Amino acid sequence: MTVDIASDLTEIEKDALAEIANLGVSRAANSLRQMLGEQVFLTVPNVQIVGRQAASDLIGRGSRSPRFVAVQQSFDGPFAGKALLIFPEEQSLELVRTIVGEQHSLEDVIDLEQEALAETGNVILNACLATIANLLRRTMNMSLPAVIRGSGEALFGETAGNDNLVLFLYINFRTKERDIHGFIALLMDLPSITALKTIVTDYIRVIESGADQPRP
Amino acid sequence: MSYNILIVDDSKLARMVVTSALRRIRPDWTITEATSGEEALTAVQKGGVQIALIDFNMPGMDGLALVAKLRQTDAHMPIAVVSANLQDEIIARARELNAAFVGKPLTDEALGAFLAGAALRLKKAPS
Repeated sequence: MTVDIASDLTEIEKDALAEIANLGVSRAANSLRQMLGEQVFLTVPNVQIVGRQAASDLIGRGSRSPRFVAVQQSFDGPFAGKALLIFPEEQSLELVRTIVGEQHSLEDVIDLEQEALAETGNVILNACLATIANLLRRTMNMSLPAVIRGSGEALFGETAGNDNLVLFLYINFRTKERDIHGFIALLMDLPSITALKTIVTDYIRVIESGADQPRP
Repeated sequence: MSYNILIVDDSKLARMVVTSALRRIRPDWTITEATSGEEALTAVQKGGVQIALIDFNMPGMDGLALVAKLRQTDAHMPIAVVSANLQDEIIARARELNAAFVGKPLTDEALGAFLAGAALRLKKAPS
């Protein structure tokens, strides 16, 4: 069942979250560009409050691949959640090869795959989350990256009976030359949504007052 | 000298950030807002826009495509592309189109520097 109570977020809250995510992911795109050596195109962000099943459906719909590899990092602070860098599984080796260089043999690339994915995810997700944390003037702790594989459901930790509502923000990206594509997604559960709403409201109020300047 | 500045961004929050920075830096300038490339083109066609601040990542026409369109009829209007997307290609394309690049999150310092340059260019330009 698709549960969509996005009306729980006001228009301006939704707009603010999308813009904040956009800033984070745009910065992260530059890190990805440097690692891949080619331009990265982004879509505009999508913000929804949905069940976990609907979140995995959204990822499934955005890709022809049924299986994914993802680098996941949990974050924790005034609000908590998971950040994921997601690729179709069949692109994983191509991605690693692009990052480590064409001169390596396939065996080397396979050996390096797990480590290279974790490191790539770490750089990209940190670039994204650090920008968001700085913007909102909050400190966030991040876990070490973990590489997970499986269907969309597996990525979002969905188990039977756990179709909890989550705040789901995602952006698609693809590279210019090699057509490597994937998603950067942020997932937060309901208590965090409430905390985040308060922080975003404060942030909007500061901007409206014109008295202060959001910190770069 | 007061100018009319066009802010193009699909995000209301982003437009609020720019507007509030402009009120601090250039309180006497007037502001026109557009939420898409199409709206921006209409606003410019109506006339009176002297400077433009354009977001890059927007649905439909992106910011660089909009700058390219604007340049077909106006080679000299001071334009800045405003984005957190600092990829070389995007900054290089902005330069090719004779536009500045201002990073997001926006700072008063970066915006102020662009506006000072823009005001100077408009003053020197033959009217």
